[in-house]
Amino acid sequence: MSLALLAQVTGATQDPTPITAIQDQVHVPGPDIYWPALIPLLILLVGGLLLLTFSSFLRKKAPRGIFAAATVAIAVASALSVLPLWAQVQGWDKLLWWDIHPNPSGAYTTIGGMVGVDGFTLFVTIVICAAVALAALLTDGYLRREDMEGPEFYVLMLLSAAGGLIMAMGNDLIVVFIGLETLSIAVYVLSGMHLRRIQSQESGIKYFVLGAFSSAFFLYGIALIYGATGSTNLVHIKTFMSQTVPTQNGLLLIGLGLLVVGLAFKVSAVPFHAWSPDVYDGAPTPAVAWMASGVKAAAFAGMIRIFVLTFSNYEATWKPIVYALAIASMVVGAALAVVQSNVKRMLAYSSISHAGFILMAVEAGSAQGNSAVLFYLAAYVFMVAGSFGIATIVGRKGDGAHSLADYKGLARTNPELAVAFTVLLLAQAGVPFTAGFFAKFYAVEAAVDASSWPLAIIAMLSAVVSAFLYLRIIVAMFMSGADDGDDGPVPTRAERIPVPVGAGIALTLCVVITMVVGLFPNLLVDAAEKGQPALVQYDSPSSGSAAAAGTTGTGQ
Amino acid sequence: MDAQNLDLAYLALAAILFAIGGVGLLIRRNPLVMIMCVELMLNAVNLTFVTFGKMLNDITGQVIVFFVLVVAAAEVVVGLGLVVAMSRRRPGADADDLRLLRG
Repeated sequence: MSLALLAQVTGATQDPTPITAIQDQVHVPGPDIYWPALIPLLILLVGGLLLLTFSSFLRKKAPRGIFAAATVAIAVASALSVLPLWAQVQGWDKLLWWDIHPNPSGAYTTIGGMVGVDGFTLFVTIVICAAVALAALLTDGYLRREDMEGPEFYVLMLLSAAGGLIMAMGNDLIVVFIGLETLSIAVYVLSGMHLRRIQSQESGIKYFVLGAFSSAFFLYGIALIYGATGSTNLVHIKTFMSQTVPTQNGLLLIGLGLLVVGLAFKVSAVPFHAWSPDVYDGAPTPAVAWMASGVKAAAFAGMIRIFVLTFSNYEATWKPIVYALAIASMVVGAALAVVQSNVKRMLAYSSISHAGFILMAVEAGSAQGNSAVLFYLAAYVFMVAGSFGIATIVGRKGDGAHSLADYKGLARTNPELAVAFTVLLLAQAGVPFTAGFFAKFYAVEAAVDASSWPLAIIAMLSAVVSAFLYLRIIVAMFMSGADDGDDGPVPTRAERIPVPVGAGIALTLCVVITMVVGLFPNLLVDAAEKGQPALVQYDSPSSGSAAAAGTTGTGQ
Repeated sequence: MDAQNLDLAYLALAAILFAIGGVGLLIRRNPLVMIMCVELMLNAVNLTFVTFGKMLNDITGQVIVFFVLVVAAAEVVVGLGLVVAMSRRRPGADADDLRLLRG
């Protein structure tokens, strides 16, 4: 219609050929999209939205646990859909009994080079899915106890996980930013979800203000790097930096620094940790389980892709910063955890200390460091989700009973909870025959191989300090009697803290996996070693192939 | 002013706006003003992107702004929701009143 009008205005004397010329110009070819690569992401995203839609059609109250079951199913489906992609990236001919003959095999990139699929991305995807499933299992009983049943909690968790996936697979700084924001915005809401608990709203606002602040820094860093290199694509940035000798790279250095700040906020590394004890303390405990496991995994994935992979020839710039962050996080996290009297805050500080260990592996900047990060994240998700799972149950109605005194005598009222918590805490302390030992071991090994001796020594010392903290909780649970040796009255059945079914399943999974990985670490080490990140150059869409050849940098 | 100096002036303006937003977020106590400061920071980054896009003669810088606008809108929606939820419980509370969580 408007084109016809245009033709009339431009002059009736001309024949209508110019119109077709305009139409030819309007045609813009879209990027080739290799849909199978996006299936894990789409399952989480569409699953979450469908859950929200269907629940709004329910006339009666939803059957017990249906939302949690659906969320777990979605997370498991997403994790399973990763397996064919993993086989393709690793170049396997067979996945169990299924002949796949991947063509092409190896890491690849799609959607115009915006998204990269490699072993690292896929490993982190499975870790994030596991975190969602565990958090959903914990949420079920929690929501019923707190009388706030509804699908929103689960939907937000799924959408947040989708953001984490985008962040892990982002091959472009803007995609990483959008993933980061999708992840964070959902978590801001999650931490303010408990409307009857004023601490929850306070933590929501605190998290929002500081999170938005750090996102703005992250974005400004992207803008400066764009200005310095002329692109936001990680591959282009890397190529640009390897080809040109910058005469003045002030913009690039400031941009890099701002990116570190933004990501350090998300992983709550000291000195950008101030929000995390407050938020962990106030937010609904299952949301904290997700925050401490999934959100951190995604942020570390972004960190590895950006720093270790893309800015590998700027190591002299970012490594000292990460080095300092790692030392500060390990020391401050362990030291401040000891003086807390609230178990949730203790766990928050201990997760800061864990972030220091993972940063140490990031600082190594080697293939070994990357697999140490993956192993640590995988082990850490189960340890921390399990620990906050116990805190969810012991928090009792109102989610307020989190002081150390509330854990006194837990071994007498709920022996199974006390034993599970003991295993998880010992694993966090890095006691041998648990997953936590090997996680710390590989991280320290990576640091030593990268000749970061002081870092490795400080790591081991801080592990000793934080062991004291974990023992304090264990002592409180088991040695509850008075000083004169009197154990006090035998607890009645009414004093038992009820353990919801979902939380029971989640805790069993966490304890079993922590133990099994501790006894047979090779199960996980192989996968972590194969899960190397890679930056792959994107071929122009006209070549017809969604996947591309020419790896510019593989996990170094 | 020639074109290059003008670009640099825009970059400087964006940096100043970003700093105003950042400092404002730290010193202002009203939650609504704090949200406005976040917006100011994000829009300062938008200005930076557009200016760099013009300097590099590259359309990407301007396209990114649309993404950032959407993200900023989503962030404000959530932020205002959190502020409303808080002021229902504690009318007139400002950032200094948020001190239940400490230790």
